[in-house]
Amino acid sequence: MTPNTNPYYAARKRKNAISMALCVSATLFGLTWLVLILATLLWNGIAGLNLAIFTENTPPPNAGGGGLANAIVGSLMLTAIGVAIGGPIGILAGTYMAEYGRYNRVTSVIRFINDILLSAPSIIIGLFVYGAIVRPMGGFSGLAGAIALAVIVIPVVVRTTEDMLLLVPNQIREAAAALGYPRSHVIRLVAYRAARAGLITGVLLAVARISGETAPLLFTALSNQFWNVDLTKTVANLPVTINNFINSADSNWKQLAWTGALLITAAVLTLSIAARAIGGKGSK
Amino acid sequence: MMTGAAAAQIMEHAKTTPHHVRIAINNLDFYYGTSKALKSVNLPLYANKATAFIGPSGCGKSTLLRVLNRMYDLYPGQRATGEVVLDGENILKPGLDLNLLRARVGMVFQKPTPFPMSIYDNIAFGVRLYEKLNKSEMDERVQRSLEKAALWKEVKDKLNASGLSLSGGQQQRLCIARTVAVKPEVILFDEPCSALDPISTAKIEELIDELTSDYTIAIVTHNMQQAARVSQHTAFMYLGELIEFGETNGIFTSPQDKRTQDYITGRFG
Repeated sequence: MTPNTNPYYAARKRKNAISMALCVSATLFGLTWLVLILATLLWNGIAGLNLAIFTENTPPPNAGGGGLANAIVGSLMLTAIGVAIGGPIGILAGTYMAEYGRYNRVTSVIRFINDILLSAPSIIIGLFVYGAIVRPMGGFSGLAGAIALAVIVIPVVVRTTEDMLLLVPNQIREAAAALGYPRSHVIRLVAYRAARAGLITGVLLAVARISGETAPLLFTALSNQFWNVDLTKTVANLPVTINNFINSADSNWKQLAWTGALLITAAVLTLSIAARAIGGKGSK
Repeated sequence: MMTGAAAAQIMEHAKTTPHHVRIAINNLDFYYGTSKALKSVNLPLYANKATAFIGPSGCGKSTLLRVLNRMYDLYPGQRATGEVVLDGENILKPGLDLNLLRARVGMVFQKPTPFPMSIYDNIAFGVRLYEKLNKSEMDERVQRSLEKAALWKEVKDKLNASGLSLSGGQQQRLCIARTVAVKPEVILFDEPCSALDPISTAKIEELIDELTSDYTIAIVTHNMQQAARVSQHTAFMYLGELIEFGETNGIFTSPQDKRTQDYITGRFG
C-alpha cells in the first residue's frame, strides 16, 4: 500500500493537521493580546516622552508639566540595592544546592520551599516586609522597599543558579578534581565559568522581574513627590507612581503614568533581550 | 571468585618480574551503595609500564581505575575496602589528603574535558595550585607539557584561543598535556580514545607509549587491539573479579582462563 492509500497514515496526517491548527491558533491568540498591550502602551506613552521626563520631578496635582526624574532614580536605586542583596544570597544558596548538597535530602526541601517562594504573590512579600521592617522601624523607607525586592530576587536567582550549575557536566568537575583541585576551587574556577552565561541571565531576569513590581513597594518604600536618595525615608519609584497617577483625574498625571509604564517596559524588554543574547552565546 | 591458584599465579608473577611495583592493589572490594562492584581484586601496577584493564561492559574496570585516585569519593554511597598501596602508603586510609593524591595520580577521561578557558590557562590551571612559577617558567612548563602531548606544533600560535575551539583529538591531547603538567607519578586513562576518530586514536596511542617511559600508566579500554598496542601488562576482568593478569603478549597469545580466551576471541563482551 502506498502512504496515500494507507488509512492509518491518512488518519495520522489528519490528526497532525488538526493539532497544528490548534497550536497555531493558540499562539496567535496569545500574541494578539501581547501586541495589543504593547501597541496601547506605545500609543499612549510615547506622547509624553520628552527631556523633562528625565530632568524634572513628579509635579503636584493639576499643576501640569514636570517629569519622572525622582521616580526613575528611585527605581534604579531600589532595584540595584535589591539585586545587590538578593543576587549574592541567591547565587550562594543555588551553589550549595547544586554543588555541596546535591545528594542531600535537605536540598530537595529547600528546592520545594524556594519554588513556593518563587510563586508567592508579591503583595504577601510586601506585607511581610511591612511587618518585619517597616513597623519596627517606625515608618516607610527605601531600604524596606529594597529588601522586599531582594526577597523576590532570591528565589529567581536560586532557581536559575541551581539549574545552570546542574547543566555543567560532572565530567568537567571530575577533570578539575583529578588535577588535585579542592572543591571550592573547582566550583569557582570551573563550574562558575562554564555556567557563567546562565548565572548572568538569571540575575538579569531577576532584575526584569522586580523592576515592575508595585505591590511590595506600596507597603515599604511607599513613594513620594520629591527628590530623595535617603534610604531611611520614602523613596519615589516608577511602579507606585504609575499606580497613583493613572487613576487620577489630572490628565497630566495620567500622561506621566503612561510614559512611566512605557519606560519600564522598554527597560525590561532590553534586559530580557540582553539576557537572551548572553544566554545564547553561552550555550554555543 | 578468583581461584586461589590464579591469585597465587599473580603474586608469583609480581615476585619474579624484575619491575618495581608502583601500586599494589590488595584484596580490594568496592561497593556502589549495597551492590558489590569489585570482589577481592589483587593486582600490581608496575612503574614505567602501561597496564591495560580489559573486559566486557560493567565488569568493573572503570570502577577499579576510579579507586586509584579516589575519584569515587566525590559521590556519596560509594566505598572501597582493602588496600591500595602507592609507594608504601595505603591510599584508602581515612584522612588522606585527596587533593595531593590526585596531583600524584592524574586522570584522562573518556570524553575530552577542556576547561572553558584558554589553551594556555588549561595547562597552567593545575600547575598554579601547587607551584609558584614566574612568567617564563610557566611559559616553559606549558610548552614542555604541550610538546609531551604532541600538541605544541598545532597550537603554539594560538595559546590564547579557547580550549573548546580545538578538535576532539586535540582536546584530548590538551587534557593529557594538562595532566602531565602537574608532574604526576601515575596517569590513569579511562577509555581515552572511544570518542575519537582513528587518526586521533593513533596519535593518542603513540603518545601513551611515549609517556610510559616517564610514568606508570593504567588504561581502561574496550578495544583489544589498543590494549595489545599500548600495554605491557593486561588485566582481564569479568563481573567485578580479576580473572587473569599477566604480560600482554601472554594474555593475548595463550590465555590461561577459558573466560579470558572467550572474551579476546570475541565470543562474548
